[in-house]
Amino acid sequence: MNPIPWMALALVALVAALPGAAAADAPPKSAADGIAEYRRMLEDGNPAELFEAKGEEIWKTPRGPAKATLQRCDLGLGAGVVKGAWVQLPRWFADTGRVQDLESRLLSCMATLQGFNAAEIAATPFDKGEQATLAALAAWISAESKGQKLALPQNHPEEKRFYELGKRAFFFRGGPMDFSCASCHGEDGKRIRLQDLPNLTRNPGNGIGFAAWPAYRVSSGEMWSMQRRLNDCYRQQRFPYPGFASDVTIALGVYMGVNAKGAESIAPALKR
Amino acid sequence: MQRKHLHIVAALAVAGLVVGCALAPTSAALDQQALAMMQASFRDQGIAKLDRIRQDMGQQACSSPNAPPEAVARQIEAEALASVKWPQGGQYLGDWREGEKLAQNGRGMTWSDPSTNPGANGAQCYNCHQIDKKEVSFGTIGPSLLNYGRLRGVSDIADPASAAIVQYTWGKLWNSKAYAACSNMPRFGHSQLLNEQQIRDLMALLLDPKSPVNQ
Repeated sequence: MNPIPWMALALVALVAALPGAAAADAPPKSAADGIAEYRRMLEDGNPAELFEAKGEEIWKTPRGPAKATLQRCDLGLGAGVVKGAWVQLPRWFADTGRVQDLESRLLSCMATLQGFNAAEIAATPFDKGEQATLAALAAWISAESKGQKLALPQNHPEEKRFYELGKRAFFFRGGPMDFSCASCHGEDGKRIRLQDLPNLTRNPGNGIGFAAWPAYRVSSGEMWSMQRRLNDCYRQQRFPYPGFASDVTIALGVYMGVNAKGAESIAPALKR
Repeated sequence: MQRKHLHIVAALAVAGLVVGCALAPTSAALDQQALAMMQASFRDQGIAKLDRIRQDMGQQACSSPNAPPEAVARQIEAEALASVKWPQGGQYLGDWREGEKLAQNGRGMTWSDPSTNPGANGAQCYNCHQIDKKEVSFGTIGPSLLNYGRLRGVSDIADPASAAIVQYTWGKLWNSKAYAACSNMPRFGHSQLLNEQQIRDLMALLLDPKSPVNQ
């Protein structure tokens, strides 16, 4: 049942097929080619599926102090509608009066429907307790929009304002190394070491960047939501710690998601 | 009379704000809101404290898709150049072997690192630059540094003809903004990411005629 050992073998096989070994006779493969090949090898066995199944189960199970399910949770397309919801998030929600991404919306539903303490869950480390629940839910909910095109709404003034705030956050330089998101993701065709970097100031293409998360990370053996992806970006940016579902994370989601309008979502994807 | 006048002005200003809320906020208002959002969204974690998002003039001026005005850019560069600390005793070059180790090392300064001591940090050069041709895993955010010294005519480090490029390279490593206000490169000396000896070792990697970079 544990997917890790055979995945490690697949990784070894892939590494053997990567640039150094191939350089002598064939043109070197780009990192993206290597990763695409890796994805094909694992096409029938993305471990994200295990999290999807868990997430679907959690959605339907009465939980929390109120012993209620999440089946009346409104993810933007009406109470209980999951299909297609992911490719329109983050968006404005009238009941909370906020622009929310998937994770912050789930926190609201878990609080109002199930009686959980949202602040307590937001302060819980990734992968622990109800944070593990959120990761599984994000895997399933995003999978229910697989193959659909990103179409975040920009009708409400707050959705437009959050796009503008997200753009400013994206270019905000700080920290001991003067990095912003744009330092790595502001131009086409750049990479760190061999890792290709998507240009997130525009639509980087189907299944790339915003359209590839949540994802299963092979290197850490974990299911990562967009919140977790952004959290680790900021760690590598050498910034302080972004609060879970804080405004900066939601604004960046709006900025990247709107820029990628029309890109096909492949979430939950498989990452190195 | 004057006080009453002030009250009217204040009332008009409030009315203007209320009307303004129905309209799209101005770019300047959004700038302020974005700053407030940054301050409210982060917290201290380990060595990564909130002072890291208190921007200096250069960081602020370079936080836009558009370059800062020419005069601002020149001011940032002049201040950066003035801040460069030149090496003690005019000793610019260390050991290129140590420099290569530093160039390979991408660690340091994240909230999961234990110390801000430069001795604990790598220089992370290969993340963004090609350097020694034997290393094929290099990034492309910065220009290739392959044959850096040789291409710039440095065959003898003590030759006065080499002095300009040697000093430029030290300045670039110490404070990259001295020569490009919005350079993507960290200010390794200025921001205390690396100490003087570490920078000497990187200098040797780039400029020592015996360094594999120049073969």
